[in-house]
Amino acid sequence: MPRQGKGRYTAYWLLAPGAIWLGLFFVIPFYSLVSASLFDPNGSVLTGYDVTYHFANFGNAIKNYYPELLRSLWYAGLATLVCLVIGYVLAYAIAFKAGRWRNLLLVLVIAPFFTSFLLRTLSWKLILSDHGFVVDTLQKVHILGSDGRLLNTWFAVVAGIVYNFLPFMVLPLYASLEKIDGRLIEAAGDLYANPFKAFFKVTWPLSLPGVVAGTLLTFIPAAGDFINAQLLGGPGQRMVGNTIQSLFTSTQDYAAAGALSVILMALIVGLVMVYIRRAGTEELV
Amino acid sequence: MTDNGGLSRRTMLKGAAGTAFGLGSVLALKGFGTSGLKQDPATCRATDESAHDKNFVISNWPLYIDEPDKGYRSTLQDFEKQTGIKVHYTDDVNDNSEFFAKVKNQLGACESTKRDMFVLTDWMAARMIDVGWIQPLDPAKVPNLHENIIDSLKSPDWDPKRTYSAPWQSGLTGLAYNKKYLKKPVKQYGELLTRKDLHGRVTMLTELRDTMGLILLSQGVDPAKFSDAQWNTAMDALTKATSDGQIRRFTGNDYVQDLSAGNVLACEAWSGDIANAGDDNLVFVPPEEGMMIWADNMLVPNLATREGNAEKWIDFYYDPHNAAKLADYNQYICPVKGAQKAMEKVDPDNVDNPLIFPTDETLKQTHRFMALKEFQTREYERQFSNVTGV
Repeated sequence: MPRQGKGRYTAYWLLAPGAIWLGLFFVIPFYSLVSASLFDPNGSVLTGYDVTYHFANFGNAIKNYYPELLRSLWYAGLATLVCLVIGYVLAYAIAFKAGRWRNLLLVLVIAPFFTSFLLRTLSWKLILSDHGFVVDTLQKVHILGSDGRLLNTWFAVVAGIVYNFLPFMVLPLYASLEKIDGRLIEAAGDLYANPFKAFFKVTWPLSLPGVVAGTLLTFIPAAGDFINAQLLGGPGQRMVGNTIQSLFTSTQDYAAAGALSVILMALIVGLVMVYIRRAGTEELV
Repeated sequence: MTDNGGLSRRTMLKGAAGTAFGLGSVLALKGFGTSGLKQDPATCRATDESAHDKNFVISNWPLYIDEPDKGYRSTLQDFEKQTGIKVHYTDDVNDNSEFFAKVKNQLGACESTKRDMFVLTDWMAARMIDVGWIQPLDPAKVPNLHENIIDSLKSPDWDPKRTYSAPWQSGLTGLAYNKKYLKKPVKQYGELLTRKDLHGRVTMLTELRDTMGLILLSQGVDPAKFSDAQWNTAMDALTKATSDGQIRRFTGNDYVQDLSAGNVLACEAWSGDIANAGDDNLVFVPPEEGMMIWADNMLVPNLATREGNAEKWIDFYYDPHNAAKLADYNQYICPVKGAQKAMEKVDPDNVDNPLIFPTDETLKQTHRFMALKEFQTREYERQFSNVTGV
């Protein structure tokens, strides 16, 4: 009994810093955002906005900006898929084949974070520029037409997203691949599974927690990203993040910006819930 | 029975709590509305402490002031020496709307921005004066301003007596191209929208008044006076060029790098940028249809504590010699009478530079954008940003 009494509040104390943090920086802003989505659209920043529970904001936002919403999901999904393929191969190699180079390779995966995100994205402008090495080469081998280009196309935007979010895919994949007991794969071999079968029956299922974590960590921020589309895309590559940003800062239409933000949030939460239901979360932790 | 009863009571309690929480949340949302941002400069002001506080804080646009170099003393250094005031100069104004967003919470609530001056383009200056965020200047303390300001900038309709504002520099918006990559020069703004060999190699500016003004001009419409229908026609042309992929990107100040690298062959450009770019292949062209003219204005915000120092700054830069030194570096239109004469001593090469001292002939080809009502601004900005993405 005394033991129980003494420790009764410990859990609350431990939770407090996190709870206060979430309250200040998530719950209050969240209410503020939801209320912005219900602003009277006839208000303005100068005259003030009233919360009139104007639910039509949502319909208008979808009607006006559904191409950007769909494009965001499409770019983010495509980038996640590319990240998964590249990241899986890389994580597999680091976990099973790298030997003593393993730590060095892991550091190299994280190394880009030592430079600013913005600078790294801007340097892609140089790599993909119209008179740069990449475009010149592709034009010479006739993969691109003579006036073809990469910069400010969907390709550049997706490439930028893939590049920027790849480490978020590699690290969780590596963590779950590294945990796999090599003897299980040997056992599969002993039971006459060829390497392909062993991979799909043993390695892949055991790495699923990493796949789920990696795809979530890539897809969610990628869907809301706007820097890649702004720097590497053109007017035809706007993502929903760009629209929200411009609605808040230049057009200053808080009602539409708020509604669009809430829609994006609901959409992502919905997709993630479906995904997790299907993939299962028991092994995530 | 007891079991079931217990369960359903519990469910009911849960449901009631949930409903209460939901209702509470919905009501709490009401509290997050925003109030208006209008202020009265007569009441929302601080006492002037310039007499004993020898500091001065100013926010300006990047690359907009001469810099000290070997054997060259900048105008800012001259000012400090002459007045004993320490200048804290920051180039944190990148975009009018963005800067508005940065200061609106403070100015709208009558709180200090910790700045004594910032520099904004005509339309944004007009907007801020209109909502009462800007302090009037004491005419007795800025004699050079009223004496020397050039006629074309003397009385804009949003500040007819220059009570609240003083132009820092003025400039032209027109065309630029890279002669290394584009052999057939651009002459008309309309070519940006239609010429096939420029497909995907054109950028335009994110400033609504520059871009739409020039499109209106290219359609033979006066940007100072147009109807909704004419606006719509211009908007259609922009929308079509954008969705066809003719226009590669909409940019702020950062178009020069793309033009220099050859990613962009021709673009809409600000006069001083091209002269300042340090790339001889870049050519600024006044479009045949006409140019847009604008000015960036020095403004003293509410609750600035050193208005006296700010007025000294304005008066200093309206001295023709100082103005000539500044314009010699910036290559933008100098708003000060007599500076052309003073330029003979500062830099004889620039005395006849039409970008700094435009002739009456050039000025006749320049146009201003119509003053928009608040609701028009909203609607136009919305349409424009839907196309440009900014």
